[in-house]
Amino acid sequence: MADVRRVISVLVANESSVLSRISGLFAGRGYNIETLTVAPVPDSDLSHVTIATNGNERVLEQITKQLHKLVPVYKVIEHEEMVEKEMVLVKFPIEESLADIEALCGAYNGGIVNVGVSMFIGMVADEPCRVKHFIEAAGRYNPMEIVRGGVVAIER
Amino acid sequence: MKMNGAQMVCEALIAEGVKTVFGYPGGAIMNVYDEIYKQDGFEHILNRHEQASVHAADGYARATGDVGVAMVTSGPGFTNAVTGLATAYMDSIPMVVISGQVPLSLIGTDGFQEIDAVGISRPCTKHNYLVRELSDLPRILKEAFHIARSGRPGPVLVDIPKDITAEFGDFVYPEEVKIASYKPTIKGNKRQIEKAIDAIVKAKKPLLYIGGGVVLSNASDLVRKIAEMGQIPAVETLMARGVMGHSNPLLQGMLGMHGNYSSNMAMSETDLIISLGARFDDRVTGKLSEFAKYADIIHVDIDPANIGKLVDVDYPIVGDVKEVLDKMIAGLEGRVKPERYSDWREVLERYDNLHPQSYVDTDDVIKPQWVIERMGELVGEQAIITSDVGQHQMWAAQHYPFDRPRQWINSGGLGTMGFGFPAALGAKKAFPDKTVINVTGDGSILMNVQELVTAAEYKIPVINVILNNHFLGMVRQWQTFFYEERYSETDLTFQPNYKALAEACHGIGYDVTTKAEFDAALKDAIEKDKVAFINVQVARFENVLPMVPAAGALYNMMLPKKGDSKKENSGKEAK
Ligand SMILES: Cc1ncc(C[n+]2csc(CCOP(=O)(O)OP(=O)(O)O)c2C)c(N)n1
Repeated sequence: MADVRRVISVLVANESSVLSRISGLFAGRGYNIETLTVAPVPDSDLSHVTIATNGNERVLEQITKQLHKLVPVYKVIEHEEMVEKEMVLVKFPIEESLADIEALCGAYNGGIVNVGVSMFIGMVADEPCRVKHFIEAAGRYNPMEIVRGGVVAIER
Repeated sequence: MKMNGAQMVCEALIAEGVKTVFGYPGGAIMNVYDEIYKQDGFEHILNRHEQASVHAADGYARATGDVGVAMVTSGPGFTNAVTGLATAYMDSIPMVVISGQVPLSLIGTDGFQEIDAVGISRPCTKHNYLVRELSDLPRILKEAFHIARSGRPGPVLVDIPKDITAEFGDFVYPEEVKIASYKPTIKGNKRQIEKAIDAIVKAKKPLLYIGGGVVLSNASDLVRKIAEMGQIPAVETLMARGVMGHSNPLLQGMLGMHGNYSSNMAMSETDLIISLGARFDDRVTGKLSEFAKYADIIHVDIDPANIGKLVDVDYPIVGDVKEVLDKMIAGLEGRVKPERYSDWREVLERYDNLHPQSYVDTDDVIKPQWVIERMGELVGEQAIITSDVGQHQMWAAQHYPFDRPRQWINSGGLGTMGFGFPAALGAKKAFPDKTVINVTGDGSILMNVQELVTAAEYKIPVINVILNNHFLGMVRQWQTFFYEERYSETDLTFQPNYKALAEACHGIGYDVTTKAEFDAALKDAIEKDKVAFINVQVARFENVLPMVPAAGALYNMMLPKKGDSKKENSGKEAK
């Protein structure tokens, strides 16, 4: 069975140890985590955990089932049909061409979000694979620092 | 009613109908112990080690089906309890363990006897709680019992900071549990059950594969019924011994690494596995690619994660075995034809005649298998048998005539040496009128030997039959077979005087070197009604057979030689 990438979205009770239950489950059973994001669901006592992972079909099925078994887990959404976005922030030296980089960021759903004395910061929010392309392209402008945000996803 | 957190703990335990708590006090749990002193709703047994407290609560739970309860202090008290939690977790045993924790204000400061109990126990509990507010305590205790006993059962830890046990508040024990995110599937999908019924009716060589889940779900009567109505052969896992009853002709025996020939062959040749509360453990399946190659699989399990975890399943049914069997039996009524499987039954009978579960007895030295069989003859149905881990455990599972579920109590999933003696204490507390015997080895018994004192003090007269081979026998067996007889650190020739040890702790000891002495010792121990060690010198190099070497195919068994197999079976000793 070949490995495939999958984004799993988990609705959990927003309580203190819930993230360690999830990350511990992945570590303890040897499942991969590519990215993991957590944020509270507005106007509720729930949190949304989004995990990008990979594994063969048997492993992915086990991940879903094992997540379900955790007592604070309400719902595990695992679909191929998800809209996925990831954000990335990149810091460039001030010497680089602001106009070029602004155009580049624009092409990937972003722009320049901060300009300082010695550096400026570009931001992009796009599909994970496009974010990867953007980071490759940004490499030409001597980026000083790159911070990725992890994938968030929603069912289509 | 206003009361402090410690009293709430006691009141909750009483409300849950708890009769016996096994535990050990210490700083962080002292407030609760102060309330235990004042109440008379339940008895507290002071084990001499927290691991033993948890195993005793576990043994109590296995013997009764009720939730076992243990109580420990923070830090080392809790860490000592971890093996007990893991043991119960692996075998899905309902249990609530209450641990003290340092006061809330000290959490995270490396306070004296502070350890992250919730963090450490996360992978070996079904669920766990750190109580952060007194007002949560009644709800959490209620949930803990509910989670422990519902769905796939398991141990739950409730970690309570000391200041919360001292604080006063209102106590109302909730009547119901509301956990929106926790809803085990009990019923079993009707359509899937119908498909499974069709598959059984159409099969030529169906096989009931019975696991510990049947015991947990109290479904043994239904399993016997479905087997009877279709005359369907059955195999039991280590955890399911007693479900069919040893005299049932449909029972082939135990399958797996030390399963008997006809059981393992039945699994290898069946065309339809009806898996009931079993989980295709590696000690059962052997090499997966060779496992039950010709079979379709019906898999009934309350835990969806067990289904499709290791083998592909044709008829998955998530639900309580009992609920599912009820419907299956109704659906099979009039449709299942016992004659249809008569050839299959005949084949299995021939397999069993070809290689029955056997050993070669002798009068020169006691064979461990003889001891087990003799116990069966002497106490049989009326005893509860616990065991530790090793060869003695396998011999007990192979040779004891188990008649009913919950008669056989052992650590299957984790394989915890030191489990048997404290578990026996728990079982004996639950059933004081039954003879409770722990079958153990000279290695395992020392891992919770301090319980002699507990048993003597509280007059819990369990009998430990030590099959003494002066070896860590099971490891020695692997060294014989797979490590060219390099007996690295398994020789236990240096031993305590077990008889004197028992007596030093106010118990009674027997040294046994002949069969007659064994009979006399067991009889005397039962009469004296005291905690006992029966130290039986057994053949040193006896091996547990049949054996499927790890990672081998289930049908490739090392078998005992027929006729004079003494040499084969006793290895070096014969040289
Ligand atoms: C706590 C623990 N440590 C180590 C083991 C590994 N182990 C499995 S069987 C065994 C030997 C047990 O020896 P003994 O209790 O004398 O029983 P025998 O096999 O001789 O019957 C060992 C060391 C274990 N199962 N549990």
